[in-house]
Amino acid sequence: MTKPLGFEKPLGMRDILPDSLVKQRHLERALRKCIEPWGYEEISTPSLEYYDTVGVASAIVTDRMFRLLDKQGHTVVLRPDMTTPIARVVSSLYKDVPLPIRLFYQANVFRAQEKEAGRNAEFFQTGIELIGDASEDADAEAIALAVFCLRAAGVATFRIAIGHVDFVEGLLEEEIADEEVKSQFRTFLYERDFVGYRQLLSSLELPGESKHRLESLLRLRGGKGKIDEARELTVNGKARRAVDTVASLWDALEAYGVTDDLLLDFNLISNLNYYTGVVFEGYAADLGSPLLGGGRYDHLAAQFGRPAPATGFAIKMDRLLLVTPEMDGPPPARVLLCYTAQRRREALAEAQLLREDGLVVVTRLIEQESDVTDSDKAVYAKIICMTQKEE
Amino acid sequence: MSSLDRSQKLTIAMPKGRIFEEAVHFLQQAGLQVTAELQDSRKLVIPVENAQLEFILAKPTDVPTYVEYGVADVGVVGKDVLLEEERDVYELLDLQIGYCRMMVAGMPDWKPTEAPRVATKYPKIASRYFREQGQQVEVIKLNGSVELAPMIGLADRIVDIVSTGRTLKENGLIELEHICEITTRLIANRASYRMKSGAVDDIAQKFMEVIPRSIR
Repeated sequence: MTKPLGFEKPLGMRDILPDSLVKQRHLERALRKCIEPWGYEEISTPSLEYYDTVGVASAIVTDRMFRLLDKQGHTVVLRPDMTTPIARVVSSLYKDVPLPIRLFYQANVFRAQEKEAGRNAEFFQTGIELIGDASEDADAEAIALAVFCLRAAGVATFRIAIGHVDFVEGLLEEEIADEEVKSQFRTFLYERDFVGYRQLLSSLELPGESKHRLESLLRLRGGKGKIDEARELTVNGKARRAVDTVASLWDALEAYGVTDDLLLDFNLISNLNYYTGVVFEGYAADLGSPLLGGGRYDHLAAQFGRPAPATGFAIKMDRLLLVTPEMDGPPPARVLLCYTAQRRREALAEAQLLREDGLVVVTRLIEQESDVTDSDKAVYAKIICMTQKEE
Repeated sequence: MSSLDRSQKLTIAMPKGRIFEEAVHFLQQAGLQVTAELQDSRKLVIPVENAQLEFILAKPTDVPTYVEYGVADVGVVGKDVLLEEERDVYELLDLQIGYCRMMVAGMPDWKPTEAPRVATKYPKIASRYFREQGQQVEVIKLNGSVELAPMIGLADRIVDIVSTGRTLKENGLIELEHICEITTRLIANRASYRMKSGAVDDIAQKFMEVIPRSIR
């Protein structure tokens, strides 16, 4: 690579300038205010973790982690997500804290990007983890809280799609014996390649009824009615239990009064081999990529020695910024207070009084009033000069 | 939910070039109001009156990009472009038009060489294919007239799409290996697939009715 020029940053890294950051912090406060009353406590974890612990346990593939060596020669990673470090904490420092545990975070995570720099390699998330509750009401709590968060942030139109990994798994188990073929189906679903899925299906020697079931999976996306359609496609076992879970989940979500913002999608596969139950993804109007993602991950905590069911979600703050309205009201007026050395004491006291009144006051030592420039007049709402000694 | 979908306009990205005419004909068969304007226009964004539809005319390789970023909700594009661009989009339907084959071609007297060189407009597809075949080749990216490369000694083979085979023949090349079949696909943005599920399903259904049942 050629030597970077002074203004260049590593691929996918970005500066957040004050105007954007003000809005991001405002959104973070709105989300915090929404999340805390549900009993979630904020946690912070290190930016660097060992590859052998958090890196290996993370759902993010190794290729996308920033890996480096520490002074002792251990491979460390910039944390690729917050869920894994929290699982580590719950199994170590928090190992005697009784379950369920509710934690939330507002933090940056790092994922190396290969494609164009439009994709961030460092991005901010606000997320929650509910650890130690296996019930569908825990799933419902996570989804309902996600809905309340998006509402609190002011997202005008959004939808959260809900699926269950065991439905796809169970259906494949019922219909397909060959592991290799099953994995091909899974990959097509994961890659969202329905054409490849159908081509594979038509290439197989299967009873017409089986083909019909597997084909119908692609259309199981919609409102509450899809639960019954899904149930009709299953014979027994895993897939049927998944449908029953989704049905009780939907009941719980109706109790929360949030189902208008939800959509069932039984072919939703968020991440291979990581999620273990209900999964969900949030979308907003006029935003091409998901705004939030989450689901049940019952196997993660066990990797740190404290097996516990868990669910949670993370909101991508950079995307949330794009679909939330501008903040209400103008920013506080900025005042420039200029003073000469003789009047310093008096001027600084005055500045502090004005600040206590809620104004933003910038002070500057000058020699004479003409030191104030035209560009100052453009930037500041008001300019006060304290130059001559008062009589 | 349906009121939300009805109020939303669907933006369709269409590929200019090789498959354009066939794709427009397909859209007409599916009952979409595609006017002559779309075919003749120099405009790049064309709204359809009273239909909650809008077309974006794009270079084929850009169609998946537009759809991934969500500036178009759905797109019509060849599988060759999808394989090369590797964009994160839903591939909903095989429209069974724009049929061609992705081939390895070369001079009739081609023999394996010590340092094989392959010229192509599809460097990712070519690299992936030869890797799967256990061959290490140097891939040279060209933007057009790929058939020229073996004739002037730039490469000993090419990877390209072939429909009738006439261009190959005229340049004295023959098909050496078959990589895969290519047809035109309907793709959808991840968010549009859910936020505008009614409109996306509606257009997919209309398209589905045009595709012969036996092969869809």
